Amino acid sequence: MGQIQLNQVTKSFGDVQVIPPLDLTIEDGEFTVFVGPSGCGKSTLLRLIAGLEDITSGHIAIDGKDATDVPPAKRGLAMVFQSYALYPHMSVRKNIAFPMRMAGVPEDEQKRRIEAAAKALNLTDYLDRRPGQLSGGQRQRVAIGRAIVREPAAFLFDEPLSNLDAALRVGMRLEISELHKRLATTMIYVTHDQVEAMTMADKIVVLRAGNIEQVGSPLELYHEPRNTFVAGFIGSPKMNLFDGAEAQKHGATTIGIRPEHIDVSKTEGTWKGRVGVAEHLGSDTFIHVHDTGLVDMVTVRITGDIAARHGDEIYLSPQLDKLHKFDAEGLAIR
Amino acid sequence: MATQHSRSAARLMMAPAVVLLLGWMLVPLTMTLFFSFKKYLPLRGDSLANGLDWVGFENYVRFVTSSSFWPSIYATLVIVGGVLAITVTLGVLLAILLNQPMWGQGIVRILVIAPFFVMPTVSALVWKNMFMDPVNGLLAHLWKAFGAAPVEWLSQASLPSLILIVSWQWLPFATLILLTAIQSLDSEQLEASEMDGAQPLSRFFYIILPHLGRAITIVILIQTIFLLAIFAEIFVTTGGAFGTKTLSYLIFQRVLESQNVGLGSAGGVYAIILANIVAIFLMRIVGKNLDA
Ligand SMILES: Nc1ncnc2c1ncn2[C@@H]1O[C@H](COP(=O)(O)OP(=O)(O)OP(=O)(O)O)[C@@H](O)[C@H]1O
Ligand SMILES: [Mg+2]
Repeated sequence: MGQIQLNQVTKSFGDVQVIPPLDLTIEDGEFTVFVGPSGCGKSTLLRLIAGLEDITSGHIAIDGKDATDVPPAKRGLAMVFQSYALYPHMSVRKNIAFPMRMAGVPEDEQKRRIEAAAKALNLTDYLDRRPGQLSGGQRQRVAIGRAIVREPAAFLFDEPLSNLDAALRVGMRLEISELHKRLATTMIYVTHDQVEAMTMADKIVVLRAGNIEQVGSPLELYHEPRNTFVAGFIGSPKMNLFDGAEAQKHGATTIGIRPEHIDVSKTEGTWKGRVGVAEHLGSDTFIHVHDTGLVDMVTVRITGDIAARHGDEIYLSPQLDKLHKFDAEGLAIR
Repeated sequence: MATQHSRSAARLMMAPAVVLLLGWMLVPLTMTLFFSFKKYLPLRGDSLANGLDWVGFENYVRFVTSSSFWPSIYATLVIVGGVLAITVTLGVLLAILLNQPMWGQGIVRILVIAPFFVMPTVSALVWKNMFMDPVNGLLAHLWKAFGAAPVEWLSQASLPSLILIVSWQWLPFATLILLTAIQSLDSEQLEASEMDGAQPLSRFFYIILPHLGRAITIVILIQTIFLLAIFAEIFVTTGGAFGTKTLSYLIFQRVLESQNVGLGSAGGVYAIILANIVAIFLMRIVGKNLDA
């Protein structure tokens, strides 16, 4: 069990309100990702759920029971920190055993759970090392191991992969997703990497300045962003957003078109521009097009390759059925 | 890493300091060793100009067989041990206290550190006359206020009194080092242990204390070296009476009160050996913390 409900939760540091009144329900077994730009309050929200910060007003319920004033240890949640927060003077085994020791779990049960966690996380060979003698990825796995053995109602992750290199990040991402499928426990995952959000989440919560901009599945957010912020934040490279005369033509204040929804031609099309930098990723090529008279730069994705050189003239045609329209408040027009 | 070139340059630049340090230490050390094998009683007319008699290990034997030797070792160890125990324990507690956010933190920290800036002679005199004086001392008044007979601190409880005075002086040092160590503790570690269900006391023993291990080692090592040589506090309070004659005080008496330079020098060599034994001993026991 691990349903978490936030009801009109706010948080202020002194006079500064970091989280304005916020409602959110996280269903049991769901993998929820909080994304948003730096400083938007993702960590704060996670720490409120964990109980590491006091709520200024509002209520938190875990499994339907009010947990607003319950201390962190009693909430049955486990947290994995960005810095791993392993205990440096204890061996890996002792680190993983620590929460069970504090809870007074019997020795042989402790041992059984440690073995199981170590096996699942490929840590068996490292159990007697100190955290200082492990690589970043191994430390991360120890931190996850320490969380697993508590058999918590929900896992909280605060940017757990941001200290790892790109290749390891992809690997750990899969491992965590795998873990979620296997345990089917609620997980809340904070990141500002929207690739992580898109690939791992059942549900994404997009935050801006403490406000929830949109909640939905990754594809919902991708196909139907509720406003310009979500449209610009989800998807990589970013959606192209234009306002002005071109938007008026479509009866909107702002229009958006994703790089993959623009057709490219060397001879004819809706907009004319000049090729800037082309980023070749092998499978795709991202072309930055300048001088379209719309915005500074339009990004286009083409599959395969195109014989376009820097400075060449190029024509772009948006696929009109994929066009996103937004009104003066930045809200999507449907 | 350093190249061959930069290493030899470094050696060249360190040379003056090394030579100075060696001279500083080697000259007195050699002289002490030299005198310790000689009969040198200036009041009996011995002098360097007339040449001194070689007496072999006689001074060494006389120093350890004198009735004051073992009591002085005992007094030294009790004072050093007592002060270490008090300063480390209270230092850890004070450091934790001072690390809490509170109003007037800056001023409180300065006040806590202040005793360290008072000269040993002055602080010992203040303690002796203001607090521990059996007639006019504050403690005497306190005792009288409760109807008890004032304690004659420096004679009836001489060692504890001295330990109290010296601890008061060294507590700021311990607190300061331990405070900086506590400040370097990753707050996420504490939060993690809090989520793992550790109560405040478990957090202290499992997280904070191990984190302080290295700093405590340093405090113990540095303080031991200085505490083995305390002198002024004894000189101005008890003058070595009532069982407070430490090894360094005994050496002082041999050289200056009995005017026996040879005997005192032999004592000095014993003190050097003792200090080194203690240092090696401590390094072995607690030094593991240093290279963790
Ligand atoms: N202890 C604190 N005291 C005062 N302000 C704080 C405190 N902690 C966080 N804040 C403020 O709250 C806001 C949200 O911080 P938070 O750490 O939740 O951001 P975040 O979304 O996790 O950002 P990042 O992606 O950089 O980790 C920031 O503006 C920050 O300055
Ligand atoms: Mg954060």
